[in-house]
Amino acid sequence: MVSEHTAKAFDSDLQELTRLVAEMGGLAERMIVESVDALIRRDVALGKRVVMADAEIDNLQRVIEERAVLTIARRQPMAVDLREIVGAMRVATDLERIGDLAKNMGKRVAALESDFQPLKLIRGLEHMTDLVQSQVKSVLDAYAAHDLPAAMTVWKGDEEVDAICTSLFRELLTYMMEDPRNISFCIHLMFCAKNIERIGDHATNIAETVFYMIEGQQILDKRPKGDMTAFATTVPGN
Amino acid sequence: MTDVSVSVSVPSAPAPAVSGQADAPAKVTARGLNFYYGENHALKNINITLGNHRVTAFIGPSGCGKSTLLRIFNRMYDLYPGQRATGQLMLDQTNILDPKLDLNLLRARVGMVFQKPTPFPMTIYENIAFGIRLYEKISRSEMDGRVEKALRGGALWNEVKDKLNSSGLSLSGGQQQRLCIARTVAVRPEVILFDEPCSALDPISTAKIEELIQELAEDYTIAIVTHNMQQAARVSDKTAFMYLGELIEFDETNKIFTSPNDRRTQDYITGRFG
Repeated sequence: MVSEHTAKAFDSDLQELTRLVAEMGGLAERMIVESVDALIRRDVALGKRVVMADAEIDNLQRVIEERAVLTIARRQPMAVDLREIVGAMRVATDLERIGDLAKNMGKRVAALESDFQPLKLIRGLEHMTDLVQSQVKSVLDAYAAHDLPAAMTVWKGDEEVDAICTSLFRELLTYMMEDPRNISFCIHLMFCAKNIERIGDHATNIAETVFYMIEGQQILDKRPKGDMTAFATTVPGN
Repeated sequence: MTDVSVSVSVPSAPAPAVSGQADAPAKVTARGLNFYYGENHALKNINITLGNHRVTAFIGPSGCGKSTLLRIFNRMYDLYPGQRATGQLMLDQTNILDPKLDLNLLRARVGMVFQKPTPFPMTIYENIAFGIRLYEKISRSEMDGRVEKALRGGALWNEVKDKLNSSGLSLSGGQQQRLCIARTVAVRPEVILFDEPCSALDPISTAKIEELIQELAEDYTIAIVTHNMQQAARVSDKTAFMYLGELIEFDETNKIFTSPNDRRTQDYITGRFG
């Protein structure tokens, strides 16, 4: 890593920013797990707790932005320091969005009235959540450790999540066609699957930020994408 | 969809630190330039090109040789015994290091503005006219025109047009510095060297000079030595980082201040130096 600044207070400013992002990341990870947990177990109370936790994430984002702006004003950071601060702000924005998406799932728990519990769907959702949560964890570790290869693994590894999401969509469409009483439940679940998929996208955004922080330039390549939900249909042959 | 192979291409490393290639046509070119204060080898094998009508900033810790390099561009060092330069230094087709070179003509082509404003103890008008008379014989009315043009060029005209016969020393520090710039511009140089032009000025005067430098780049080639890195980042097109008499890195200013190649450049601009 880089050596210390002549102005030691600058180092502690930067460390504090990184620490706040880590704290925010931990919170976001927990919200992802708990929101899906609440969904699967129909735990309305847990769902509400997730909704409430979002305020904490929002607040952390404000604190990070204020600190970042203050540090820019006070230190006029250059090069690696400037990228570090811009990186913290960008990661905080992604984490805030992740919090919103988890909160949205938490809200939906109360709306799921039916006892309809298609096991295969639930498994798929769980698996997808595991994958996404591990993506988020890995990318936050990569951010903290300035580990470019680890960040790039996350960046490239979003395809499987997309593929599961697409297959869940197809399945949900089938259930809805089978019995219109399933529609409300399936729509909620569909949004949740899409939310989790979006969280995966935010993880890849963070990976791009890590790349920028380390390399000093934006990633120019296109990320592999497996999300075909825009084309999901139940008509054979399409 | 599963067999999409992806490679993350980290764009290849940019040009070597001492690129020497400016996008603009070369105005001043140094090749293998060395400088000695007696036995002290102050500049080591400098290769650099100042682009025509571009602003080139020189940064680096005290004693790195940036001011020394600037002083070679107009042979200022000739004023002191025991100082010598070797290698090649060209101003267009003119060899700046040529011992037979007319130094007065060189310094008319390569003007210099110093850290502390140095107005002559005479009127504002005479501060400008004095330099012009050294090189040209012109009528009073022509001179009036030249003085006005120079003061406008130094962004000072509106502040002094009603007191051209007041002493140059009656002006504020920032105005004095702009008077010095106007004096430099008056003899129609091709290159203007700024040696820490704002270090003795307040922020408003500094901002005025910085704006002026960018305007001047439309007509002149500019080299500026500064300890203020934000200033280098604001005013220059290219930035050279020097350390211990060597040119460590020379690149686009945007590149130097966001992601420099050399560890030493990074340590310096981020305030991590030894």
